[in-house]
Amino acid sequence: MVTLKINNKEVSVPKGATILDAARKLDIHIPVLCHHEDLCVAGNCRVCVVEQKGSMALVASCARPAEEGMDIMTNTMRVRSARRHIVELLLAEHRSDCTKCHRNMNCELQKVANDYSIGEHIFLDLVEDHDYFVDRSSPSFIKDDSKCIRCQRCVRTCEQLQYVSAIAVAHKGAEQKISSFHDRPMSHVVCTNCGQCVNRCPTAALVEKTYIDQVWDAIYDPNTHVVVQTAPAVRVALGEALGLDAGARVTGKMVAALKQMGIDSVLDTDFTADLTIMEEGTELLVRLKKALVDGDKEISLPMFTSCSPGWIKFIEHRYPKYLPNLSTCKSPQQMFGALAKTFYADKRKLDPAKVVSVSIMPCTAKKFEADRPEMRSSGYKDVDFVLTTRELGMMIKQAGINFDTLEEARYDSIMGDSTGAAVIFGATGGVMEAALRTAYEIVTGREVPFENLNIKPVRGLEGVKEASVKIEGCVDDWKFLEGAELKVAIAHGLTNADKVMKAVRDGKAEYHFVEIMACPGGCIGGGGQPIPTNQEIRQLRVDAIYEEDEQMVLRKSHENPEVIAIYKEFLGEPNGHKAHELLHTHYVEREAY
Amino acid sequence: MKDTGLVKIDLIFEKIDVKELLIKAFKMSDEAIVQEVITSGLKGRGGAGFPTGLKWKFAAFEKEQEKYVVCNADEGEPGTFKDREILERVPEKVYAGMAIAGKAIGAKVGIIYLRDEYRYMLPELQSLLDEFHKSIKEIGYDFTLEYRLGSGAYICGEESALFESIEGKRGEPRNKPPFPTVNGVFGKPTVINNVETLVTALMVVKIGGAEYSKMGTPDSPGSKVFSVSGDTPNPGIYELEMGMTVQKFVDEFGDGDTKAVQVGGAAGFCVPRKRFADTIIGFEGVPTGGSMKLFNSTRSMYNVLHNYLDFFVEESCGQCTPCRVGCQQLLKGISLVKKGEIKATYLNDLSKLAETMRLASKCGLGQSVGNAFNSIVDNFREEIVY
Ligand SMILES: Cc1cc2nc3c(=O)[nH]c(=O)nc-3n(C[C@H](O)[C@H](O)[C@H](O)COP(=O)(O)O)c2cc1C
Ligand code: SF4
Ligand code: SF4
Ligand code: SF4
Ligand code: SF4
Ligand code: FES
Repeated sequence: MVTLKINNKEVSVPKGATILDAARKLDIHIPVLCHHEDLCVAGNCRVCVVEQKGSMALVASCARPAEEGMDIMTNTMRVRSARRHIVELLLAEHRSDCTKCHRNMNCELQKVANDYSIGEHIFLDLVEDHDYFVDRSSPSFIKDDSKCIRCQRCVRTCEQLQYVSAIAVAHKGAEQKISSFHDRPMSHVVCTNCGQCVNRCPTAALVEKTYIDQVWDAIYDPNTHVVVQTAPAVRVALGEALGLDAGARVTGKMVAALKQMGIDSVLDTDFTADLTIMEEGTELLVRLKKALVDGDKEISLPMFTSCSPGWIKFIEHRYPKYLPNLSTCKSPQQMFGALAKTFYADKRKLDPAKVVSVSIMPCTAKKFEADRPEMRSSGYKDVDFVLTTRELGMMIKQAGINFDTLEEARYDSIMGDSTGAAVIFGATGGVMEAALRTAYEIVTGREVPFENLNIKPVRGLEGVKEASVKIEGCVDDWKFLEGAELKVAIAHGLTNADKVMKAVRDGKAEYHFVEIMACPGGCIGGGGQPIPTNQEIRQLRVDAIYEEDEQMVLRKSHENPEVIAIYKEFLGEPNGHKAHELLHTHYVEREAY
Repeated sequence: MKDTGLVKIDLIFEKIDVKELLIKAFKMSDEAIVQEVITSGLKGRGGAGFPTGLKWKFAAFEKEQEKYVVCNADEGEPGTFKDREILERVPEKVYAGMAIAGKAIGAKVGIIYLRDEYRYMLPELQSLLDEFHKSIKEIGYDFTLEYRLGSGAYICGEESALFESIEGKRGEPRNKPPFPTVNGVFGKPTVINNVETLVTALMVVKIGGAEYSKMGTPDSPGSKVFSVSGDTPNPGIYELEMGMTVQKFVDEFGDGDTKAVQVGGAAGFCVPRKRFADTIIGFEGVPTGGSMKLFNSTRSMYNVLHNYLDFFVEESCGQCTPCRVGCQQLLKGISLVKKGEIKATYLNDLSKLAETMRLASKCGLGQSVGNAFNSIVDNFREEIVY
């Protein structure tokens, strides 16, 4: 521990902690812009400067390790003057049209500017001197250089958390900017559309591409039937966008709000999450049988999950040799979309051409996924519009709904039922746990041997988790698995995914089944989730997800009554012909750069 | 104030028997070498002026197996060309200086980061390096050197940006601390010195630290190589004793009409005629990495400043706010004042901004823009405004 003084108060922090950490411990606020809890130190915005006794220059508190005996002041005349100058300088390069801006009222730059009451500018406007570019090519987000403060959070995110490096710092001096490989449009680089950079951008330089107006138009159009699906992770985060505490569970309120907004039918992605378990679980067992019993060398193991479109695009770019290892299952969003314009439209006697299918997702990559040419198995675009959790929050505000006092409502039926197994899809390890709950029971006829169905070893925010389940007492059909040790791994965040892929490639890992989510923490930490998202908030959302699971009556996907019914009425067998047509997909190899 | 007067010295370029000196040095203990350099009072010749002996001592203190000696031959400061001359005339002394530094701190590998514009010298330098490797082997000492080429960015002369560049990354300065002696190139303890510093250290070992420190002043011991340019009948490279006044310097090199001397390049200070007599060239007055540029009365100091600011606007790495945006503000500000589009009093706001840049910038580049700006604006305000 080291002990130092900040504003004449003593504080002790572990060795390696920064002055900023120490100040926070004392509840002393220091503004930051480039600093982000999830990322390595940058120390480039300089807005966090403080005074260190004995030092001629100011020091950046986010970058300077606390030292024994330091004497720090955070609010001297020099500090205040420097910070004001720095904020002003940022604004000089920044197209400050807040009232027309997507991040208005939730912008870190705006907040610092406001805190330092920057009114009339001292310095000269430099915006017109720059050749700022707006890149709208990605289906998931817009990159507007005129809003960029060069904090490099996005670059660090993409490199450190996602191991993608689709964006990097280019040029120097006044020309310095965040750029893609050869300045190509974001739609034509290795970007996975995960939106992690969007979530960490302090300004509107990176924002999701919104479809709010299109969805309102569909709602107002009397000739359309708007059906909404809500992803598991949205219900534990939406509250944050509407002023509630992190980790608040707002499922019922969210459904009520959507109904008040005029959505014709409010349904649940959880339903297709359960369906995914049926399809993916069956696929895994079939692969195991073919590989272990039939000795089929063509069968690729380990099998990788395919629910996360950011991960899919990553593997398409980086490890195309392993595309056969991907489960062919569509993500729950796309399964839902395909069924919305077939099964659902049929049941409700609707013209599928008039069904507008909207999904509410914690994810920006889902916008890209919905646009994939493969995702038209209903004969139409299966999912018309994808909104992020944040966009739904905005729409609820626009509708004038007081979210806090809303009476809870229930999902509509036909594709509205779900189980606890589906809810946990929202957290890293959840798909694995849900799959194990079902697969184990199919194979052995008994529940997974974990207390209260909680498979704790696959839970938690550790980057790569490994577990194995011994299969004993198999029913007749699955006798060949008797005594087998099912080895699984779980990774979240693409940097961790890459570690797993390298281990698999180098023959250092003998997994059967691997769950991978592109985003840190899984979907609860998705790029479309409320800002800010950090480790503490991810943990609260994860906790909420498991609480939601615990209070469900049904907690195993194969017990979902609507799932049982849809196989009987419409799909036939899991992995059967119809299921393949609607619920499965294929992948494409993409350029490596 | 001690004024040494203008004394020409021949230490750096003196031809010596390098092998003999190395044999002597390798018989010394590591501590003894470091102590000689500390005694000499030598301060870094790359611009920042950090005591060289102390730097070596810090690096020697680190327990890591893998350590490095890096020679900073990026020579990017406008008006500086002395490192090129040293590398052309006495490269074997640079190599030997690095070997001695390596011995002192326990490094077996050295890297010379050569300015890309000096690429043409590489074939010659490389073949001399091969010879050096041979002779050092004969002495029975294990030390190897290699060249790395820069990529034309001024900022890559800043030590931590230089390390990033060697590591194959974008040349952006790092946060300090940790300093290079703890966390240098490849994250290992590193001594980085300017070309001239290394040769000077070698000569200190030859003549002894105490003898060396007899030259110069207490704050600026020794001698230094100057790159003289601008309005002078005698541009070129001169090794002079430290501690002369600007007046003595101008008496020797001026054209009779000198109105200002920019000491230390774009990052340095502008000394106006009225301060020539009472300004010492050295750490007690105006320090310099070697660049001495003379301006006579035909020059517009507005153009001079404009030029420097243009340079900084382009050569800032761009990562930190005060420097990236501050440089643009200063440049645009003086242009508009000159054009009469904004009031001359705006220069006061810009001076305050330059002060913020000095206090809050991440590296020496942004921190020193205010040197040229304030010294020119303060002394030649009328030339900026009218
Ligand atoms: C922007 C900038 C550029 C620099 N360029 C050089 C350079 O070209 N050559 C050099 O020796 N030092 C340069 N330096 C100084 C180095 O960072 C470092 O202090 C020096 O290499 C240390 O060597 P010394 O102690 O022997 O002077 C530069 C510093 C800054 C901030
Ligand atoms: S990014 Fe922030 S400061 Fe900039 S215009 Fe938008 S809300 Fe305003
Ligand atoms: S969306 Fe993801 S992959 Fe694309 S640039 Fe941002 S962080 Fe990188
Ligand atoms: S795009 Fe956003 S996160 Fe990236 S550097 Fe610019 S402001 Fe920072
Ligand atoms: S002061 Fe300038 S050169 Fe140095 S880190 Fe900041 S922007 Fe880069
Ligand atoms: S928050 Fe410390 S430099 Fe940006």
